Amino acid sequence: MLTTLAAPRALLALVALALLLALAPALPGGGGARADAATPAPSPGASAPTDVEGETITVRVRTADREDVPGAEVTATGAGVDPVSGTTDDGGAVELVVPGTGTYEVTLDVDSLTGPAAGLLPRENPVQRSVASGSANPVIFQLSEDGGASASAGGVSAGQVAQLVANGLRYGLIIALAAIGLSLVFGTTGLTNFAHGELITFGAIATYFLNVGAGVPFLLAAPLAVVLGGVAGYANDRLLWRPLRRRGTGLVAMMIVSIGLALLLRYLFLYVFGGSTQTYAEYQGQRGLDLGLFTLRPIDLISMAVAAVVLVAVGLVLVRTRLGKATRAVSDNPALAAASGIDVNRVILVVWVAGAALAALSGVLLGLAQQVQYQMGFQILLLVFAAVTLGGLGTAFGAMVGALFIGVFLEVSTLVIPTELRNVGALLVLILVLLVRPQGILGRASRIG
Amino acid sequence: MDWSSILGNTARAAIGLETVIYALAAIGLNVQFGYAGLLNFGQAAFVAVGAYGIAVTVTVLGLPFWLGVVVGLVAAVLLAVLLGIPTLRLRADYLAIATIAAAEIVRLTVRSATLRDQTGGSSGLSGFAEGFYDLNPFTPGQSYGFGPWVFGARLAWILVVGWVLVAVCCLVVFLLMRSPWGRVLKGIREDEDAVRSLGKNVYAYKMQALVIGGVIGALAGFVFGVGRASVQPDLYGTELTFFVYTVLLLGGAARVLGPVVGAAIFWVALVLIENVLVQAVGAGYVPDWLMSSTQVGQVRFMLVGLALMLLMIFRPQGIFGDRRELAIDAR
Repeated sequence: MLTTLAAPRALLALVALALLLALAPALPGGGGARADAATPAPSPGASAPTDVEGETITVRVRTADREDVPGAEVTATGAGVDPVSGTTDDGGAVELVVPGTGTYEVTLDVDSLTGPAAGLLPRENPVQRSVASGSANPVIFQLSEDGGASASAGGVSAGQVAQLVANGLRYGLIIALAAIGLSLVFGTTGLTNFAHGELITFGAIATYFLNVGAGVPFLLAAPLAVVLGGVAGYANDRLLWRPLRRRGTGLVAMMIVSIGLALLLRYLFLYVFGGSTQTYAEYQGQRGLDLGLFTLRPIDLISMAVAAVVLVAVGLVLVRTRLGKATRAVSDNPALAAASGIDVNRVILVVWVAGAALAALSGVLLGLAQQVQYQMGFQILLLVFAAVTLGGLGTAFGAMVGALFIGVFLEVSTLVIPTELRNVGALLVLILVLLVRPQGILGRASRIG
Repeated sequence: MDWSSILGNTARAAIGLETVIYALAAIGLNVQFGYAGLLNFGQAAFVAVGAYGIAVTVTVLGLPFWLGVVVGLVAAVLLAVLLGIPTLRLRADYLAIATIAAAEIVRLTVRSATLRDQTGGSSGLSGFAEGFYDLNPFTPGQSYGFGPWVFGARLAWILVVGWVLVAVCCLVVFLLMRSPWGRVLKGIREDEDAVRSLGKNVYAYKMQALVIGGVIGALAGFVFGVGRASVQPDLYGTELTFFVYTVLLLGGAARVLGPVVGAAIFWVALVLIENVLVQAVGAGYVPDWLMSSTQVGQVRFMLVGLALMLLMIFRPQGIFGDRRELAIDAR
């Protein structure tokens, strides 16, 4: 690998170019909260509403052009409770207070639409929502002339595609941050780490506790959480994985150990954080900036810029520095690297610290883009695996390219398939890649079966 | 602390519905992972296919119950073949990722609102189990059993059927594994290339193991769906697979009775921990700031994770396994 230094350098340029392209349209301004309109994340175990305190479902009704629709009647129904109705205000929003958490069905009365909205159809109606306590529980009806479902049949507007690509790049950058650590840990130690998702969650939850719990400003809490993520990575390697490597524990056994660790950590997060969905104290409810073809919130633009800068920096470190070269050498062939004087254990430790810190950053940004929840990392983990496999297991640059592809593919595929099924599309891509090019886009062809 | 209720609940858990479900799912996984060395992380999908096979056939298509069983079995075979074609030639870690992805595809598809009319969306389906309970020989309203093991007529019926299924599956696995076919399978687990060099079609053997394990997993799905009289997609998530792995590794992989013993120990431990903790919290032995009664469930799953780690590190052969039988890293 060291002898073919030119290839990674070319790849780095490619990645940097892709990132620049990703950001270029974003630089002038920002705006759309379409991602917030996506189907709400399923909340585990909450099937029938359970009586606690009153919870709020925030319903917004807007057209595809992001015009708010006042005067629309919406109704929330849940098992065993009376239906709750309301009419949207001038901002197109209404808060429905329902008796407790659980799954509710929110229905928009299409006949109540008046003015320019009359005759438009929502993209999804009714919408199922798992209502969590302490959250705004947003439900958004997006109206268009054909309900949006037939977007594939009719013409797809350039703006629609641009918006999806922008959202996809935002998602892809978050996945990429997490994917590097997963890929490099696999490359250097052979471990398929199922507990990597919990490192992502850790970043978001640490930020939440610092930000909301201790009152630390977000801009300070986020870097602190990333540092804590690095510490978690250090602890991971020193306390668990290095002793296991020394014992000569097999790779499959280590993979199952990582599943046990993932279960332990996930329920530990549930224990300390609770099952509800939370948000950071700041940067909530930002309005999107209209950037011509698409809209993104300012905070999304900043997140994307941070992620892109960090990814380029990681790429430069991998290509330019001695440590980066050593990392790639260990990733390529640990025995040969050790024989040529590289301290393999030290490289692995660095990979763990850096990889876990990047995963924590990914979690921080994911918490901004969506919300903080105890199994957010687990939910994104398979997409990270898809990205890593697509790019080629064990290669950092492959992981970046794969992540951006998966992110954009996820969003753009919603033109053709229902939003709730977009993860199915991405996972199918994962299986198809394994079928036709198991080494991934940038992986070396080697025997993997 | 009411020890008689704690011990009664724990004793019932040893032969309860969950134990049957997990024992069956783990017997199937044992064929794949224990004997053939296939790292199938999609067992939850086979369980789901079995449960939904009955549910959809009966509620949506309006066909009789026994046809639902057939549909579930056929679907499990199809899923195994579909899953096996792209993944069985891959190395163990790739197989793990591909199967876990396939399991999520199945779960996300059946819970999607698009297919609500067919699979019931996120709330699932119910009202398909009556065909099974119509065959119940036990008189409704009466209870059956002795000592702490007293069950109502419906539960007694599904438990009897479930344990008969467990016994039959164990017998099938026992006979298969002492046949020449089983010896080849174990050979593949130990050294795939050696078996291949003897002229055996390794791919075909792996596929057969995947299908047999998947069909047994679908049987677990029948008991799961019919026992609860409903199916709900999020019960068939990846955690089900992980728990089944814990069950299998607890009892001992590559042992005929390992999964059964493992399932019983798993649920006895879970129920015991939960009951003791709930009562300790209720009686004030555990301070409020440390644990509320809703957090008890989380604590016991944390313990499951810890147990899985410790088992794999210190005793990968499980309680009754044979270390020489389990060279899970041979490849």
